[in-house]
Amino acid sequence: MARAISPRRKLITTAAAWTIALIIFFPIFWTILTSFKTEAQAINDPPLFFNFDWTLENYSVVQERSDYMRFLWNSVIIAGGSTLLGILIAVPAAWSMAFVPSRRTKDILLWMLSTKMLPAVGVLYPISLLFVEFNLLDTRIGLVVVLMLINLPIIVWMLYTYFREIPGEILEAARMDGATLKEEILYVLTPMAIPGIASTVLLNFILAWNEAFWTLNLTAANAAPLTAFIASYSSPEGLFFAKLSAASTMAIAPILILGWFSQKQLVRGLTFGAVK
Amino acid sequence: MATKASRSAARIMMAPAVVLLLGWMLVPLIMTLYFSFKRYLPLRGDSLDRGLDWVGFDNYVRFISSSSFWPSVQTTLVMVGGVLIITVVLGILLAMLLDQPFFGQGVVRILVIAPFFVMPTVSALVWKNMMMDPVNGVLSHLWRFFGAEPVSWLSDVPLGSIVLIVSWQWLPFATLILLTAIQSLDSEQLEAAEMDGAPPLRRFWHIVLPHLSRAITIVILIQTIFLLSIFAEIFVTTGGAFGTRTLTYLIFQRVIDSQNIGLGSAGGVYAIILANIVAIFLMRIVGKNLDK
Amino acid sequence: MGQIQLKQVTKSFGDVQVIPPLDLTIQDGEFTVFVGPSGCGKSTLLRLIAGLEDITTGTIEIDGKDATDVVPAKRGLAMVFQSYALYPHMSVRKNIAFPLRMAKMDQAEIDKRVEAAASVLNLTDYLDRRPGQLSGGQRQRVAIGRAIVREPAAFLFDEPLSNLDAALRVGMRLEISELHERLKTTMIYVTHDQVEAMTMADKIVVLQAGVIEQVGSPLELYRTPRNLFVAGFIGSPKMNFIEGEEAAKHNTTTIGIRPEHIDVVEANGQWQGTVGVAEHLGSDTFFHIHNTGLAETLTVRAIGDVSLRHGDTIHLNPRIEEIHRFDAAGLRIA
Repeated sequence: MARAISPRRKLITTAAAWTIALIIFFPIFWTILTSFKTEAQAINDPPLFFNFDWTLENYSVVQERSDYMRFLWNSVIIAGGSTLLGILIAVPAAWSMAFVPSRRTKDILLWMLSTKMLPAVGVLYPISLLFVEFNLLDTRIGLVVVLMLINLPIIVWMLYTYFREIPGEILEAARMDGATLKEEILYVLTPMAIPGIASTVLLNFILAWNEAFWTLNLTAANAAPLTAFIASYSSPEGLFFAKLSAASTMAIAPILILGWFSQKQLVRGLTFGAVK
Repeated sequence: MATKASRSAARIMMAPAVVLLLGWMLVPLIMTLYFSFKRYLPLRGDSLDRGLDWVGFDNYVRFISSSSFWPSVQTTLVMVGGVLIITVVLGILLAMLLDQPFFGQGVVRILVIAPFFVMPTVSALVWKNMMMDPVNGVLSHLWRFFGAEPVSWLSDVPLGSIVLIVSWQWLPFATLILLTAIQSLDSEQLEAAEMDGAPPLRRFWHIVLPHLSRAITIVILIQTIFLLSIFAEIFVTTGGAFGTRTLTYLIFQRVIDSQNIGLGSAGGVYAIILANIVAIFLMRIVGKNLDK
Repeated sequence: MGQIQLKQVTKSFGDVQVIPPLDLTIQDGEFTVFVGPSGCGKSTLLRLIAGLEDITTGTIEIDGKDATDVVPAKRGLAMVFQSYALYPHMSVRKNIAFPLRMAKMDQAEIDKRVEAAASVLNLTDYLDRRPGQLSGGQRQRVAIGRAIVREPAAFLFDEPLSNLDAALRVGMRLEISELHERLKTTMIYVTHDQVEAMTMADKIVVLQAGVIEQVGSPLELYRTPRNLFVAGFIGSPKMNFIEGEEAAKHNTTTIGIRPEHIDVVEANGQWQGTVGVAEHLGSDTFFHIHNTGLAETLTVRAIGDVSLRHGDTIHLNPRIEEIHRFDAAGLRIA
């Protein structure tokens, strides 16, 4: 039972927590704010907080000049595709490991995790070579496959930890009630696992969306997602703070919103169930 | 516990994931190993079709003895170490603060976690331009406000700047995990210590910190694995200049910029070995947790 | 019909044999209880019958047909699990209907059977709730409902009452017994609680370390336990075991006498000792007696409220005809 805390202490904690939170959040806040300024206002000295003429011009310029929608669409396809493909492959695997564990299950799980730790740069050339060989360079399907593979261990792990929380007796009850394996997975396991599957989808969508090694190295013009789109702003050309801000805001806004929903699952997914 | 029928079904259902990951691991790994023993400079006319010269451990020796190797190792260590210290220490303090009751907990949590969801290219560019620009960046305004000379962050303290950016990205992760761990601490344990007359600092030292030790280890190991392969943040800020070339970035340059595949592959093998050393420790902890 | 026969059944997990070769026949309509301490293999045995575990060697026959390799779904058995194993995402109605849906029964028949089961189990008002909204006893009834709608050849119960509180447990015990009286279907019931076994069973199977120690009706086990283990396990409070000189008087190594077969007398008892703890239940009083020279503690049941206190000297007379004699191997000497 939590004890009563003195109001004064609570106020001090509130002030401290909010100050730190606002400092941490400031770069994002500032980016969003600047995206509504004109380029001149963006570099005004002193910096302008709310006393400027709000404009949406940057957003339309960014869309016109670099076709933001195409990059966005690529990001959605690549992140979404790799996540869904990963889930399709991982659900049966995680089911097996959670409900029909064998002596090797633990080794297989740890081995899967170890593939996640392979440094990407170590295999950059072979992968590029294979991509050239199979005409996958700068294609969305190529990235879907690669991102699915790098996130597959996390997907399997997350699903595994969720499935393990479903009591085995319930699946046995279904078996006793005459359900076949297919019916057991369809009518009993899946409905019970939906919250877990949803969190897994969410977190992996975020991870794939933000992936910035393979997306930068394996794409050029056609399949480039938002990570690459933003990287094209690394060489400045004249006044560009407001446009950079608009582009950045558009790149992170969808995922910030999704991310806030997935905080709880984040801990579990990224620590492979070791911290709950 | 299960029957034969469900065991064979399980094996079939596990096969796709296992086969795919096995291929994903082995094929590139074997190729990298193969190239690392070859002379392979596509720009000088070497090609797979004509066959590559076997050079033994030449690439391995040259990679280590090149003048950029040790500086890159040093840069890597400073960067990984710096980020780890900052995120873990601040993470513990922040987690303990957020564990206290205060108004607006939900919103504060959301604000604190936000940087983790910002894609690496965005956070690097936002910091480079909006925050650290020597003329128009927020930090220079702040410096001038206090009467100080603004700093050219990315050229004067390039490594420190990148450590700052990366720490900003990873602090939410450390905080969130440590907060989760703190919240699982049984409050009766702390109350018992209070009854036993332990003052707050000692309660922190003897009860909270040991309770957090596993979570801290996990944060350190997982972050190390991700930090060792930091790429985009360097790519869009300094491009590896001004002593910010980490081992990962050095290998990237060998492969992509100088197109020395053999040398880069040897470097890649070093990176894989290094990552695996860290990975072994992480696997031990995660594996122990599985038995429960 | 529901006759179940186990022939030379064994079960090993890896190199560990948890059930050595075992033969057992359960007659149609019988209420059989598997009882034993935790880890004795009683649940494993039930799961072997259910088909949730493969037997390592031997055969299982249900109604004379070999069911050894038949999957659980096709054995025609229904099971009530310790945790009830209700489907949390389905209403009570859907939970009870689930086995019928899996059997592809038509909807009208399903509705009829679910309604009938619900009224028998007093669940009619709860049909549209989720299991999470029910009390422990109600969940237990849903689990039973899900089992009875299928009209199985036999019911398997795996410690079904162990998650209920003491008062509910007694009530559910009666309900299950009544259900058996009404349905006359074979029931196999696993428990570690010998009171449940004694009160409900037609036939008790006492297990220890995967081995059947004795099979018999409750009173057979009470009156003529085959060995020390059964003697100590059946009956509450436990039978007193006495070794040494007193046993030698009966020409054996160990004798046993139940607490209710020792009479408290005013004076000149055959045995005497000092009262340690006295548990007053009103109808009975249990004395735990020390310094008897027979065993470390002797438990005695006295009828009614006998006013002896801690430290008092107590005089006792055992009923000679109720003394059980055991040989050096622990077997009862008739």
